[in-house]
Amino acid sequence: MKRLLTIAPLLAAVIAIHLLCAATGTLYYLTQMTMSAYYALLIIGLCVLMGYAGQISLGHGGFFAIGGYLSAALTTHNLEHLQDNSVISALHSFGVLQSGQDLYGGTLLVVNPWFACILAILAAVVIAYLIGIPVLKLKGHYLAMATLGFGIIIYRVVLASEYFGEADGISEVPAFVLLPGLVVSGDFAGRVQNYYIAWGLLIIGLILLLNLIDSRVGRALRAIHGSSEAADAMGVNTARFKLQTFVLSAVFAAIAGIFLTHYNGGIGPSEAGVMKSVRYVALVAVGGMAHLWGALTMGVLLNFLSLRGAFGAYDDAVFGLILILVMLYAPNGILSVRWRPRWARKKTAVEEG
Amino acid sequence: MDLLQVDKLHKRFGGLQAVSDVSFGVRSGQIKAVIGPNGAGKTTLFNLISGALPSSSGRVLFKGQEIQGKKPHQVAQLGIARTYQNIKMFSGMTALENVMVGRHLQSRSGFVSSMFNLPGTRGEERLIREKSMELLGLLEIADVAHVSATSLAFGQQRAVEFARALAMEPEILLLDEPAAGLNMYETAEVGRLISRIRDLGITVLLVEHDMSLVMDISDEIVVLSFGQKIAENLPAAIQQDPEVIKIYLGEE
Repeated sequence: MKRLLTIAPLLAAVIAIHLLCAATGTLYYLTQMTMSAYYALLIIGLCVLMGYAGQISLGHGGFFAIGGYLSAALTTHNLEHLQDNSVISALHSFGVLQSGQDLYGGTLLVVNPWFACILAILAAVVIAYLIGIPVLKLKGHYLAMATLGFGIIIYRVVLASEYFGEADGISEVPAFVLLPGLVVSGDFAGRVQNYYIAWGLLIIGLILLLNLIDSRVGRALRAIHGSSEAADAMGVNTARFKLQTFVLSAVFAAIAGIFLTHYNGGIGPSEAGVMKSVRYVALVAVGGMAHLWGALTMGVLLNFLSLRGAFGAYDDAVFGLILILVMLYAPNGILSVRWRPRWARKKTAVEEG
Repeated sequence: MDLLQVDKLHKRFGGLQAVSDVSFGVRSGQIKAVIGPNGAGKTTLFNLISGALPSSSGRVLFKGQEIQGKKPHQVAQLGIARTYQNIKMFSGMTALENVMVGRHLQSRSGFVSSMFNLPGTRGEERLIREKSMELLGLLEIADVAHVSATSLAFGQQRAVEFARALAMEPEILLLDEPAAGLNMYETAEVGRLISRIRDLGITVLLVEHDMSLVMDISDEIVVLSFGQKIAENLPAAIQQDPEVIKIYLGEE
C-alpha cells in the first residue's frame, strides 16, 4: 500500500504524457517512450547490481541480446520442413509451436512467443550463473574487464552465427500476444497500448526492486557494499548474494531484450555491442548509482533523447562525455546536484542524517 | 568442556610470526580478555577465530567442533559474532538498518519473497524491526535510529556495532578493542555494557589495549607478546606478574 503511494506520481506522469501527446497531436513520441521504458527496465536491474550490491557489469548488453536474439530466432525460424518429425508435431499439438504466414503467404511453423520468452529467460539465467560464478570472485577493474569480455563474446557470436542472422540480425519477428487483445508489436494501431504495456512492465519491475532494496535481501546487499567483511561476519553469504543479484539483473536485461525485440519486430548486432553496455553503466552512474528512481529517470530521459536523434551522429560520444562529466562533477548522480548558496554548503554532512 | 578452544595456533605472514603456538580456552559464561602491546597479534588472533584469515597451523574448536577452514559467514552461523577495532559501519544505511542486518541469520526471506513482499516476509520484517529497535533501546541510542550510521559520533557508532552483533543472538561475542578511541567516561560505559552482555548469557572474548577496562571486568586474562602467550591467569595475578609488568612498563 505504502509502495503504491510512492508509485502514484509516476503513474500519473505516464498517463499525463499520453494525454499531452494525444492533445498536441504528437503521439509518435510514444514510440520512443515505449522503447526507452524497455531500456530503463534493464537499467534499473543493473542499478541494483551496481549501486546496491556494488558489482559492476560491462556485459549487460550481452544479456539484453541473449533475451532479444533467442526470442527472435525461436519465433522466426521456420520449422515447417520438420513437421513430420514426431517431436516437432508433439510440440505443435502441445501449443509450444504455432502456425503462421510469412510476408509472401507461405506457411510458417515457429515457437510460440510465450515459450520463446520463457526459454530466453531461462537461457539468460543459466548463462548468468555460469559466467557469474567465476567472474564475481573478481573485484573492481578486473570484474569490469571480465564482464566486458563476456559482452564482446556475445557480440561476436551473434555477428558470426548464421542462426542469429550475422550482420543483418533478425527481422520479421512476430507480435507477442501476452493475452488476447494485449499484444506487443510495433503495429501502428497498437502504439498507445504498447506504451502502456512497456510502462506497466517497467513500473512492476520498479516496485519489485524497491521492495527488494527495502528487505532483508536488500539490506544484505547494501551491507556487502558498505563493508563486505562485516557483512560476512553477520552471516551474509556474500558470494551467493552477489551471484543472485547478477542473475536477477540479467533477467531484467533479458526481459527488456525480449519485449523490445517483439516491439521493434527485429534485433540487430548493435544491440549486443559493447557501446550499449557502456551506455547502460553510464546511465546508472548518471542516475546516482544506488538510486533506482534516478536510474529510471535518467534511463528514460537520455534514451528518449538519443532515440529522437537529439545527439545526432555523436550519440555514443555524447554518452561518453556525460559519463566523464558525471564522474567529475556529480559522482552521486545528476539528481543529487542542487544549487545552494555558498554559506549553506558546509552543512551537507549534517543534513545527511 | 570449553565453549571455545584455541589449540596451538600459528600464523605466519611471510617471515613474520604473528601468532605463535597460542593455546587457551574460553568457558561458557565468562568474560575473557586477551591483552598485549600493539603488534602482539591480538587482532590476527581474532581474524583466525572468526574465519577472516586462514591459520598456518593449529586448531580452533567451538563446542568441540573444528571451525578452522570455515568461511566467516559459516562461523557466524555457529553463533560467533564479532566487532572491529576500526568500526565497520555499513555506510549509506541508518543505525537501525545496520542493526537489522544483524538479524540476517534469524530471518530467511529470499529474493522472490522479498520482491513480492509476501505476507511471511512482512511479518518477519516487523519482527526484525522490533528486535532491532529494542537493542538500540538497550544501548540507549534509540533516538538516533534513523540517522545515517556513518555520521554518528564515534561512541554511538561503537554502540550501533554492539547492537548489530547482539542482534545475531550469538553464543560468544568477540570484541576487538571495544574501548579504542573512547574517552575514560565512555570506556567505563563500555565496561558496564560488556558485563550486561555477559548477564544476558553471552560469553565474551575481548582483545584490549586498555588495562583498566580489562582488569575491572574480566574473569581471566591471556597476555600476548610478539605473538606468544606469556601468561594466562586471573586479573589480580596478572597485575602482579613480573613478566607482564616488564612488557607493559619496560625493563628496569
